Amino acid sequence: MITKLNVTSIYVLDKDKALDFYVNILGLEKGNDVRQGTYRWLTVRVPGDVTEISLEVPGPPLHDEATAAQLRELITKGAMSGLVFVADDVRSLYQTLRTRGLTDFTQEPTDHFYGTDMGVRDPFGNAIRILQQAKVAQAARSVEPST
Amino acid sequence: MTWKVEDLNRRLLRARDAMDRAYAEPLDVRTVAAVACLSKAQFIRSFRACFGETPHRYLQRRRVERAMFMLRETERSVTNVCYEVGFTSLGTFSRTFRAIVGETPSEYRLAHEPIEAPHCFQMAATRPRLAAGGEVQSSSFGEASAAKVP
Repeated sequence: MITKLNVTSIYVLDKDKALDFYVNILGLEKGNDVRQGTYRWLTVRVPGDVTEISLEVPGPPLHDEATAAQLRELITKGAMSGLVFVADDVRSLYQTLRTRGLTDFTQEPTDHFYGTDMGVRDPFGNAIRILQQAKVAQAARSVEPST
Repeated sequence: MTWKVEDLNRRLLRARDAMDRAYAEPLDVRTVAAVACLSKAQFIRSFRACFGETPHRYLQRRRVERAMFMLRETERSVTNVCYEVGFTSLGTFSRTFRAIVGETPSEYRLAHEPIEAPHCFQMAATRPRLAAGGEVQSSSFGEASAAKVP
């Protein structure tokens, strides 16, 4: 039985810029930052959470330059998959993010039957959604029978 | 390494995000082009090369997708939905909706029920592709010539 999601990864164009955005703007914490030769294992995570988000730059040795260029194009077109976070207060976080200078919102806080969410982009084009789950939806989920 | 293409893509994406955010407002293509720091002509050309459709077409699909959502999930009148999603003429709205979705707004409403999936996935999955027949001329975007009022 799989028990948790340990690492997920997201492609970025620049690890230092990514670290600055994910930690100083979005409010995640730095996880691992280990250098081995030219490789840098760099992760961020939700404070207190176990899942590491690895920040990866397309390029050698995993990708040849042509492939890396294709990936960079897709990232900046917003065509790669993104991340969905949960927050306790999306509207207050929205104000905080604006105060920190973020302008790349894809959606301002909006109410739905399952909660309130908003969308932002990281500096490279990755989509990030942040959801505040509605209390009703949370309660419903906790009484759903497991199958 | 210079990331010219990446930089252009990112600016175009920022402009596309602006359309996604402000779809309900009267949008002028020059204003949106300015978000990407491009002239109107450069913007239309580059946007099409990057995303495979003109900004005008993109905005129409955005507005029609929002209209589909409102028809499905709310009780608002078709006229109300039309203005809510940024169209300025009911005739243009109905014609564009039908050209893109293949059904009139009323037919669509009758045939579709609310979808129980997170909103962002719904928006992505139900964004209409354009039905055969090529460009649809409409909306207040200013890129295509102004809509013909029936």
